[in-house]
Amino acid sequence: MNNQQLSPFLKGMLLLGLLFLYIPIVSLVVYSFNDSKLVTVWGGFSTKWYVSLFQNEQIMSAVKLSLQIALASATAAVILGTIAGFVLARFKRFPGSSLFAGMMTAPMVMPEVITGLSMLLLFISMQQLIGVPAERGFFTIWVGHTTLCMAYVAVVVRSRLLEIDQSLEDAAMDLGARPLKIFFVITLPLVTQAIASGFLLSVTLSLDDLVMTAFLSGPGSTTLPQVIFSKVRLGLNPEINALASITVLAVGVLVIVANYLMLNSQRKRERALAAAMRESNAS
Amino acid sequence: MVDAAKQSASEKPYLSITNIVKKFGDTAAVDGVTLDIRRKEIFALLGSSGCGKSTLLRMLAGMERPTSGQIILDGQDITRLAPYERPINMMFQSYALFPHMSVADNIAFGLKQDKMPKGEIDARVAEMLDLVQMRKYANRKPYQLSGGQQQRVALARSLAKRPKLLLLDEPLGALDKKLRQQTQLELVNTLEKVGVTCIMVTHDQEEAMTMATRIGIMSEGQLLQVGTPAEIYDYPNCRFTAEFIGDTNLFTGPVVVDEPDRVEIEAAELGGRIWIDHGITGPKGMQVWASIRPEDVRVDRDPVAAGPNAAKGAVTEIAYFGSYSVYHVKLGSGKVLKAMVPVNRWHEANLEPPTWGDQVYVSWRADMPVVLTR
Repeated sequence: MNNQQLSPFLKGMLLLGLLFLYIPIVSLVVYSFNDSKLVTVWGGFSTKWYVSLFQNEQIMSAVKLSLQIALASATAAVILGTIAGFVLARFKRFPGSSLFAGMMTAPMVMPEVITGLSMLLLFISMQQLIGVPAERGFFTIWVGHTTLCMAYVAVVVRSRLLEIDQSLEDAAMDLGARPLKIFFVITLPLVTQAIASGFLLSVTLSLDDLVMTAFLSGPGSTTLPQVIFSKVRLGLNPEINALASITVLAVGVLVIVANYLMLNSQRKRERALAAAMRESNAS
Repeated sequence: MVDAAKQSASEKPYLSITNIVKKFGDTAAVDGVTLDIRRKEIFALLGSSGCGKSTLLRMLAGMERPTSGQIILDGQDITRLAPYERPINMMFQSYALFPHMSVADNIAFGLKQDKMPKGEIDARVAEMLDLVQMRKYANRKPYQLSGGQQQRVALARSLAKRPKLLLLDEPLGALDKKLRQQTQLELVNTLEKVGVTCIMVTHDQEEAMTMATRIGIMSEGQLLQVGTPAEIYDYPNCRFTAEFIGDTNLFTGPVVVDEPDRVEIEAAELGGRIWIDHGITGPKGMQVWASIRPEDVRVDRDPVAAGPNAAKGAVTEIAYFGSYSVYHVKLGSGKVLKAMVPVNRWHEANLEPPTWGDQVYVSWRADMPVVLTR
C-alpha cells in the first residue's frame, strides 16, 4: 500500500505495464474523434463518425442481433447453469457424477473451433433428418452460445454454493420447509449475486464470440464481431472506433456503479455491526 | 423384569431411542445407542469430536436416516419421518440464521411453513422476541448483530414452533469463553422458563455439567454412561469417563483380597496396595483399575503410617491456581500422581509449602478410590 517503498525500477515497470494495456484503448478513443477517413492519420476533431455509425444500418442491425443473442443465451445459460451448479454442489455422488462434472466444464476448455464445427455438423445432419433447424441463424447461434456460457455459470454458481453454510438449508428443512421451497426461498436468494455475475459473464462471452458464431451463423445473421472482423479485412474506418468508444464508456460506467454499490453496502454493514457490538457490550 | 415394567409404567419416557445404528460405509458412526429421555429434561450428549454425538443428533432431527433402530417421541414413531414433518427443532452450531431475512422474518419462517394466520404469527414472533430480549432488533439483519445476539435469535427461532423436542448443537461453541459462561445460565433459564425437552450436544464438559440435568458420555459411537453430573463425576463406570470428566489418577492391578467390606488391589505402579472400603463382584485376580481424583489425594511433608493407599514421591511440577495448587508427584515407579491441594492446607498446619524436588508423602482415604473394570 505504501508507494514510498516501491523502487524506481518497480514504478517504471508498473507504468510500462499500464501504458501497454491502456495506450491502445486511449488511441482508439482519440481516433474516434478523427476527421480523417484514415484510422491512423489525425485530420482534426470531428464527431461525424458517431453520426454515421448510427446511420450505418449494417452495423446497427448487427449490434441489435448481437444484443438479442447475448441476452437470450445469457438467460438460458443462467437457468441451465444454475441447475447444473446446484447438482454439482449439493447432490451426493450418483453413478456418472464425475462424468457429469467433466462434461459440464468441457465447453470451457474445448477449443471453440472444435465445438463450433461439431455443432455445425450436428445441425446439418439434424436438418437432413428431421428438417429442424431449417436454416442457420439466430437459433443455432443461441444454442451454441448457451452451451458455452452455461459452463461458466455452472462453475460460478457451484463455487458460491460450496461457500454457503449448508446448515442454512438444513435449518429451513428443520423448520418445516420442503426441498423445492427451500431452493426458491433460501438457496436461490443466497446465490443471486453469483447468478448475476454469471449472467454478465455470459453476455460478455456471447457478445464477443467470433469463432463459434462463424460456424453457426447463416447468410441473414451477422453478429457485431463478424461485421468488425470483415471490416478489418476490407479496411477499417473510424466508425468502428466510435463504436468501440461507446462500448468502453458503457462498460466503464457499469463497473464504477457496481463498485460504488458494493462498497456502499459493505460500509453500511460494517457500521451496523459496529453499532450492534457497542450496544451488546453496553447492555 | 417386574421392576422394569413397574418403572416404565410409572415414568414413561418422553423420547425413547432404541438400539440406533448409523453406518457410513463399513464404519459405524453410531453403534447401537439406547437412551430414554424424560419430559422437560435438559440432556447433554458429551464426547470428543468424531464420537458420533452429532450424527445421533442429526438422526433425531431427521437429517440422517438411521441404518437400524427406532426413535419414539411422545408415543409417535418418528424414525422414518422427514425433517420437515417432525415436531422437533434444532439450534445449529453456526446458528444458520438466514442472512437475507430480518430477525423477525427468521423467527417467523417456521410458523409460515405451517400456514399459521398472519396475526398469530406476529403475536408469536413478538412473544419470542420478548423471551430472548431482542424486541428492538426485530428489523435487523443477522449480520448486523453480535455473536451473542445471533445466538438468542437462533434460540427464539428454534422455539417459535413450540417443538416437542429441542436439539442444541454445540449451543455456545461459536462464542468466546467469557461470553459463554455468562450465556450458559441465561440459556438454561430460558429453556426452563419455556419448559421444553432438550438434547444438547457438546464437547465442553464444563458446559454439560453447568447446563444439563443428565449427561450421556459418548465414545466411538457408543453411549458409555448416563447419569446426573454428580453421578458421573463421583461414580464413573469406566476409564474413559473417569479421564474425560475432570482429572484423575489411574492405577491398575489384580484384585488380591475381595471381602464384603474391602477390596485390595496390588498396584505395581504405586509400589503397594490400594485398599477400598467396599466389596466388588468379580473373580479374585481380576485385572481392575482404581481411579483417584486429584482433590482426594492428601499431601504431607512428614512420613505417614506405611500401609495401603499411601506412597512416597518427589514433587516435579507445581501449577498454581490461586485458591489451590496442583502438584505432580513422581512415585518410585516413575508414575506421576496429580494432587490438588488447597493453599490454606499449609498455612493451617503452619508449614512451608513443598517446592520442586521436595520429598512428599501422598495418601488417600479408603472410601475415595473408584474401582473400574473396563
